[in-house]
Amino acid sequence: MNRWSYIIMRVLQVIPTFFVVMALVFFMVRLLPGDPTSAILGERATEAMIARGNKELGLDKPLIVQFGVFVGHFFQGDLGDSINLKVPVFRLILERMPVTLFLTLYASVLAVLLAVPLSFVAALRRDTGIDSAIRGMFQIGLSMPVFYIGLQLLTILGARWRLFPIGGYGETFFEHLWYLFLPALTLGFNLAAILMRNLRAAILEVLQSEYVDFARAKGLRSSLILGKHVLRNAVISTVTLFGLNIGGLIGGAVITESVFAIPGVGRLMVDSIFGRDYPVIQGLTLTFAVLVSLTFILTDIVHAQLDPRVEVT
Amino acid sequence: MNPQTATTLLELRDLRTVFHTARGALTAVNGVNLSLHEGEVLGLVGESGSGKSVTLRSILRLVRPPGKVSGTVLWRGTNLLELPESRLRKVRGGEISMIFQEPMTALNPVLNIGEQITETLQEHTNLSSQDRNARATELLELVGIPSPKERLKDFPHQFSGGMRQRAMIAIALASNPKLLLADEPTTALDVTIQDQILKLLLRLKDTLGMGVILVTHDLGVVAQTCDRVAVMYAGRIVEVAPASELFAQPRHAYTLGLLNSVPGAQSTRRPLIPIPGAPPNLANLPPGCPFSPRCPYVTNACKLEQPALQAISSTRLSACIHFDRLEPVNAQPPPEVQP
Amino acid sequence: MAAPSLVAAQTSSRTRVRLKPSLIAGIVIIGSLVIMALVPNLVAPYSPTNFDYQAVLQAPSIKHPFGTDNFGRDVLSRVIWGAQVDMQIALFTTLFPFVFGTLVGAMTGYYGRWLDAIFGRIVDIVVTFPFLVLVIAIVALLGPGLNNMFIAVSAVGWITYGRLVRGEILTQKKAEYALAGRVMGYTASRIIFRHLLPNAITPAVVYWMTDMALGILLGSSLGYLGLGAQPPTAEWGVIIADGKNFMTTAWWISTFPGLAITVAGIGFSLLGDGLADLLRPKG
Repeated sequence: MNRWSYIIMRVLQVIPTFFVVMALVFFMVRLLPGDPTSAILGERATEAMIARGNKELGLDKPLIVQFGVFVGHFFQGDLGDSINLKVPVFRLILERMPVTLFLTLYASVLAVLLAVPLSFVAALRRDTGIDSAIRGMFQIGLSMPVFYIGLQLLTILGARWRLFPIGGYGETFFEHLWYLFLPALTLGFNLAAILMRNLRAAILEVLQSEYVDFARAKGLRSSLILGKHVLRNAVISTVTLFGLNIGGLIGGAVITESVFAIPGVGRLMVDSIFGRDYPVIQGLTLTFAVLVSLTFILTDIVHAQLDPRVEVT
Repeated sequence: MNPQTATTLLELRDLRTVFHTARGALTAVNGVNLSLHEGEVLGLVGESGSGKSVTLRSILRLVRPPGKVSGTVLWRGTNLLELPESRLRKVRGGEISMIFQEPMTALNPVLNIGEQITETLQEHTNLSSQDRNARATELLELVGIPSPKERLKDFPHQFSGGMRQRAMIAIALASNPKLLLADEPTTALDVTIQDQILKLLLRLKDTLGMGVILVTHDLGVVAQTCDRVAVMYAGRIVEVAPASELFAQPRHAYTLGLLNSVPGAQSTRRPLIPIPGAPPNLANLPPGCPFSPRCPYVTNACKLEQPALQAISSTRLSACIHFDRLEPVNAQPPPEVQP
Repeated sequence: MAAPSLVAAQTSSRTRVRLKPSLIAGIVIIGSLVIMALVPNLVAPYSPTNFDYQAVLQAPSIKHPFGTDNFGRDVLSRVIWGAQVDMQIALFTTLFPFVFGTLVGAMTGYYGRWLDAIFGRIVDIVVTFPFLVLVIAIVALLGPGLNNMFIAVSAVGWITYGRLVRGEILTQKKAEYALAGRVMGYTASRIIFRHLLPNAITPAVVYWMTDMALGILLGSSLGYLGLGAQPPTAEWGVIIADGKNFMTTAWWISTFPGLAITVAGIGFSLLGDGLADLLRPKG
């Protein structure tokens, strides 16, 4: 089986799961207490007003019909309209998504840039003061809440020392890099801690392996042994771990965007919850599920690419 | 071959490898003196834990911390133990190559065989990338891997056990080494494949004119391949002799015990006599001869002080006080490896 | 019978193990937090809710080691009372998942087949959602507040325990003593609860400790966003949110509760690592 059919197959595997996900989101929103119409119309709405509102939103039809309409619309890119902002949810998400994608990618890159060298140093200086210091730093990174790290960075580096902007997103690519540095660092630190713990252990294991001895016996220079033989093997499990943590990264983005007032989908999610904007919450939850599924597929592919032992069948 | 007149390729003088652990120092290699001549195949035999593999790794300074190597490893006039890392790298894989027991773990699972050959060539030669690939194909052909050009792109797990060992040999031979260190190269293989690999090694030794040090615990392998044999016990060399003479009449009680404990092929009804007791604890060696607690010939003199390795004839060395009292081996010398 | 003596031999070898310093540190940290949570009134020097307009936004001093907030409330006392709320969060976000997930894992691991298949599909679906997004979506539907947060986390959190225990049971099932139990005609529940589970539960217990730290992180995050505990409850995340507008003028309001969360997190993970060491089969 070639690579393309493998990818297509992986995508097809996701589809049934995704239908269940859609049903889950749809029925959850409708079956739980608190109905959208009264949320739109406010507390002083009369019964007649609510009935008229329900009709407008199609909420008077049987649930199963509503679900059919919902699925049909979904595949046309129609996620309904935002109750509060009065614009299509799809357009809203499309507008806000690039910021969030930029932030999460940026954070991932920073996390890798932190985790890879530091885990090498920690592994090569195993059980020394340097190792303990690095591990201690990351233990704190795992235990400290994201919003707290963000708040402290914002206050100290942004407000007090004025090294970085304290909000906004910028216009150009480089402005984005500049404006989003602190948020990305905030978000990336936790991920770096998770990756680093795994990578350090993986490097230690690989360093014990005989193929490293053989590589040394071949007369290869240390930089080549570490950069090629060790890293290529150690990084394999880390890729999978990265995929598994994409959900955590998105959750972290929701918090980070709130702390730094970044106009992405995470902030939109929190705003919509306070505004009880059900179509937006529903659309976003589905979008995040798509994003996570795509990342799983992507990490599977990268994993198969890195590890020739994975049979692509 | 005449060891007296051939030029010396490698000489170990008082080689000592100590592992400093929390529970005290562990001397894995304890003052080994040994030399190898050009084109010679030297067998290094002993039970597991006798220090033969560590000796081999000490030659190229491949011992991991907390292991510390001291003494002299004289390679064509230079002491490898004092060479700076950058120059040592030229020797490793360039002049002295090493192959390991288990090719599945010694080959990097995520790099294809071609890459693992060419990276060695890149380190040790000035060949262009194209020439490196051509040379890699040539090497696979040399070690008898069919359709070599196609197999360069394959990964270790796609090879069979015997083919993996051939591939590892090809990597080791990449830059025409003068010495091949082989650490139990056939132990992990089926008997029939073992035989093929040993024959391949002997053929390559002749065509390339290499010296070979073969570490093994299999006396059959030694009989089949080696010119000379050094027997190790508890980190020391206890006997050195030309292979044929050693099998005809061992001159160390331990060697005798070793020969008596392996089945001979033709001599069917001979009972096997295992060596009583267990190999000694390296952290706590008995005074005197380390083999004395297990030795049937032991006398008080054996327990007093460590007997030195001494010449007992023009071709043989032994560290046994009772070398001339030893009985003959129960049966014929150990046989060729049976297919 | 062989089984009881085997257990006895194990416990005696465990008691001989000397506790590592890191485990002791974990016990001390979590122990102190538990005491604060149980009797905050005895530990805290002031009331956590009393306004004192004479002492607004005071920097840390001997009288107020963590300073005071914009209503003159003693931050130290609020952090101590916060332990009560956050330790509750740690417990109630994990208790149901631990018990329910362990049961589900044991059942699916032991019976396999269609039960296992259903569990597999549920796992597939749940891992598709980012945990925090799912929790805040559920909280959004149920309305903000601690109880709704517990429900939301419990609805999702048991999955991890289920996977852990299922995997362990699958390996334990192959062990000889389980086969022996079946040959001797023991009931399924006896084999599961008396024989398999005691051996299979270790990873779940270790993960429970980590999960309590994650629970506090989640609870304080929701508190910070305004979706968890509601002001004026002295919950660490809520206190941080209260102080965030004063970060440049009165850093102490938000900084100390944040450190409390971090210390609690470190405490739980030290405890978890220590337990893992202690419970790991020897030999």
